[in-house]
Amino acid sequence: MSGEFLAFIILAFIAVSGGVLLLNLTKVVHMVLALVATFISIAGIYILLSAEFLAVVQILIYSGAITIIMLFGIMLTRHDDQEEPKGGWGKKITLFLGVVAFAAVVYLGIYNLDFPLLDQELHVNNTEQIGVALYTKYIIPFELTSIVLLVALIGAIILAKRDNEKEADEK
Amino acid sequence: MSSSVPISAFLALALILFCIGLYGALTKRNTVIVLISIELMLNAVNINLVAFSKLGVAPSINGQIFALFSMAVAAAEAAIGLAILMALYRNRKTVNIDEMDTMKH
Repeated sequence: MSGEFLAFIILAFIAVSGGVLLLNLTKVVHMVLALVATFISIAGIYILLSAEFLAVVQILIYSGAITIIMLFGIMLTRHDDQEEPKGGWGKKITLFLGVVAFAAVVYLGIYNLDFPLLDQELHVNNTEQIGVALYTKYIIPFELTSIVLLVALIGAIILAKRDNEKEADEK
Repeated sequence: MSSSVPISAFLALALILFCIGLYGALTKRNTVIVLISIELMLNAVNINLVAFSKLGVAPSINGQIFALFSMAVAAAEAAIGLAILMALYRNRKTVNIDEMDTMKH
């Protein structure tokens, strides 16, 4: 068993247990914190796949920004909220069986998938390769992404803005 | 540099995470948890993209670029989802997704 395989096993175990904790914990804040472990171990998986830049971006955006924004969402609404199990066992079991069936079908497709290992230089100057590809081959999608982010920013501000005139009318 | 972990292991991990996210998104009642389950599903897809970019038929940097784009879109989606949640909470005073069942308030 090589060190790479051992690292994969440990990271996969942490990722899956974070997901299982997300499903089973009762407090909403604890669920989000359990998912941070999953996000960080996915960053480790990226390092195993020689994508160092993506690993850093994963830690910055997911375990940093998105977790914090979700915690803001919880704190600004009902921070003491608990997931109460509200009956509906039939629905849950049906959903569980459906998800397991989906997993089984996809697993049949991937379990003996094997490609010949080809030479690749992804680990050499990873960030530079990404930058060169972004600014040559993918320049138009890259610029369009900036428009998407701008629209999302403005849309989020407008949606979350308190409607002052309407509230003044109600008072 | 050859990898000792087969590609099917990475794909199986991504499949497990995707299924956890799918189950959470369909069963949880708190809207924030539903949103973050969707983030988990997007992350599982990103693992697939990065795995194929290294161990696939034609390894190249393109898979990592696709993963970067999907991360940008996921961040935008999280921000918009939170903003919609705030607006709904101001009007309905609830975060439970099964009480958000009207198109108009």
